[in-house]
Amino acid sequence: MSQYLNLFIEESNEHLQNMNDILLELEKDTENISLVNELFRVAHTLKGMSGTMGFTNMADLTHEMESVLDGVRNNRIHLNENIIDVLFECFDTLDEMVSYIVENGKEFEDNNKELIEKLREIAGGGKTSKTTNSHTKTQSNYLDSYVLNVIEEAQNRGLNAYNISITLSPDCMLKSARAFVIVNTLDAIGDIVYSNPSTEDIEDEQFDLEFSLILITSAEKDTLLEKLNNISEVEHVEIELVESDKKKGEKEDDKNKNESIAVKEDMQVDKKTDEKDKLSKVNKVTKTVRVDIDRLDNLMNLASELIIIKNRMEDLSGTSNKEDMVQAIESLERITTNLHNAVMKVRMVPIERVFNRFPRMVRDLSKELNKKVKLNMYGENTEVDRTVIDEIGDPLIHLIRNSLDHGIEYPQERIKLGKSEEGNLTLKAYPDGNNVVIEISDDGSGIDFEKVKKKSIEKGLITEQEAENITENELVNVLFEPGFSTSDEITEISGRGVGLDVVKNKIESINGTIELESQRHRGTKFTIRIPLTLAIIQVLLVMLRDEIYAIPLSSIIEIITVKKDNIRSIHEQEIMLYRGKTIPIVRLDKLMGLGSEELLDEYVAVVVRKGEKLAVLLVDNLIGQQEIVIKPLGKYLSFIKHFSGATILGNGDVSLILDVNSLV
Amino acid sequence: MASTIQSKYVTFKLGKEYYGLPIENVLSIEKPSKTTRIPNAPDFIIGLINLRGDVIPVVDLRTKLGMEKKQVDKDSRIIIMKEKENIVGLIVDSSKEVLDIDEEDIDKPPTDETNAIIDCISGIGKKGERLIFILNSLKLLEIRS
Repeated sequence: MSQYLNLFIEESNEHLQNMNDILLELEKDTENISLVNELFRVAHTLKGMSGTMGFTNMADLTHEMESVLDGVRNNRIHLNENIIDVLFECFDTLDEMVSYIVENGKEFEDNNKELIEKLREIAGGGKTSKTTNSHTKTQSNYLDSYVLNVIEEAQNRGLNAYNISITLSPDCMLKSARAFVIVNTLDAIGDIVYSNPSTEDIEDEQFDLEFSLILITSAEKDTLLEKLNNISEVEHVEIELVESDKKKGEKEDDKNKNESIAVKEDMQVDKKTDEKDKLSKVNKVTKTVRVDIDRLDNLMNLASELIIIKNRMEDLSGTSNKEDMVQAIESLERITTNLHNAVMKVRMVPIERVFNRFPRMVRDLSKELNKKVKLNMYGENTEVDRTVIDEIGDPLIHLIRNSLDHGIEYPQERIKLGKSEEGNLTLKAYPDGNNVVIEISDDGSGIDFEKVKKKSIEKGLITEQEAENITENELVNVLFEPGFSTSDEITEISGRGVGLDVVKNKIESINGTIELESQRHRGTKFTIRIPLTLAIIQVLLVMLRDEIYAIPLSSIIEIITVKKDNIRSIHEQEIMLYRGKTIPIVRLDKLMGLGSEELLDEYVAVVVRKGEKLAVLLVDNLIGQQEIVIKPLGKYLSFIKHFSGATILGNGDVSLILDVNSLV
Repeated sequence: MASTIQSKYVTFKLGKEYYGLPIENVLSIEKPSKTTRIPNAPDFIIGLINLRGDVIPVVDLRTKLGMEKKQVDKDSRIIIMKEKENIVGLIVDSSKEVLDIDEEDIDKPPTDETNAIIDCISGIGKKGERLIFILNSLKLLEIRS
């Protein structure tokens, strides 16, 4: 069984994601019957899967969901906000159940009695109200017109609809299992649009030996017959072509009835194609290859080793002059680059994986806060490294919560300010060179810099004197200080004292940067920049005495020489003028505990940046640019400052990678 | 045969004394190789080595245990130990054999948190005439020296 567990989990997660998307769509358009059908199918699949795995609680819950959804699609139950909420609750419970299974390999012992009761109430309520609801036609009538509608549309597309009557042999042991095989077989060839008795009844063996189905397929009658006859324990199969209601109707004399149906049908057809479009958008499942992350890491290590060997060969080529050697290295270089790119691509996943949980989150939060928020997402297909995906979720959630809680105003307030009642939250992702940029912006109240100033003085983060001359840009940095939160009240959603500093730390831990722009009453925008990959980067190798350090190329602006005379110092801090700005000087040798050598007339220096901020690093010598593989320093050395990792050079020596973020 | 539980320990020497680590915590024993200094690290962390493509921090066990420093010589070894997800190399004077020690023959160490050596010892094993100080791998990984 365990060998199927992974498959079960993977597939459940896909189906749950699908369910989530459909529910969100359905909430906006409760009349969309094809969404209900789709939801029913997902619930049904989940029920089947969990049943097979022996997860009975999950199977029970999905079964009850099915009953409700069946009622909805048969127009017995009118879909309202309340039901959608219950369905969302089901989704959450299912999600939790799957998470529990992921962690423990078995099902959580909770049969969700309350939730199931709720579902039963809804399903039951539908039944009793059936007779009182004058708007709905009787069940069979509606079903017929719906089915006929589908059939007609199928025929318009050149597909055939068959009415298939199947009789099982009297000595059949497991009728429902046999029927399941038949249904599966037919499902593979086409779509089953109707069954008598209902699929649930068939599954519960609530039928004698006969059942009939309507199948829409492009296959011929003979193929169907052959396939069905190949299934054992089938006594008799009868297949006949179904004619659409319209054609049938023309033959019939009852014109009045026919007309009314036809008109109604036309309307429905129009609506349905519309719905189909929407549906295809929701259900666009990208073809994915599931690869064990360990195997990927292995592949990545291989690529890493190749690069190390390449670097070693480069070293060798300096000593021997053979041209062949140089050529060999060149081709090796090409191969390694290609291999690296190929492996990187395997590791890349669309950021959609993080984004797709946000619509639901925004929906729930805005409901809770009584705010109206529209979430716009762009660039969900932007790809980032798998490791980034795992790390970026929490910071984004935090920022979105912040936006909803503190940023976007209440509807009345927005109207007063002349804004649209509905606030906009925009998530945007796009690649930019070797980075991926994620922007989170809202058109809310923006940051009240006066309030920030007051708070910072209160908290002792800046002095009153400093506050007088502080620019908004500098205040933004204060926002990222630990323990800073301007919200007056602590709410459930954010403002528990854990602030932007956590977000910043998390993003910096994956070598990313975060910037903030805000305008009062216009809104706030966070820009997050993260590297495409975390494993291989370009660096500049520099010498400090006899030690070699690596500086990531991505944070280097340029290499300059600094004359002694140009170095000024204020309060022990050395600074210099660079492109009209004063920027701090960092003597790397001193910082690395090597002690300053006697003062030189001229220094080699590297100008680095972190966001908007610049600094000059003084070094002894430059070695050159190289592509290196980042090796983590590990948990044991996590307290060590100034380094983001280490790498192995061509000669096998270990060299440390400077964390520019900690220097600027 | 007495029905006592035996455990295997990798033993090594620091000065005149024998020390041991549970074999589950030992990945391999290596000859010293070139280390890269880590700036601003505590004095007992010597630096990083390249162990077949992985970067591993190396701890001078003598310094860590508050003993005198000693030059690395031909007998010196690096014991690569693992505790949970941490992998760390320990420099020792020389490595000795793997010993089976009966649980019964392991005494509790005296408690004295101020003494670096005693604080890092989880037990004192007896094997014949020899005493083996069994190190607590978790304590060894504490950063404070």
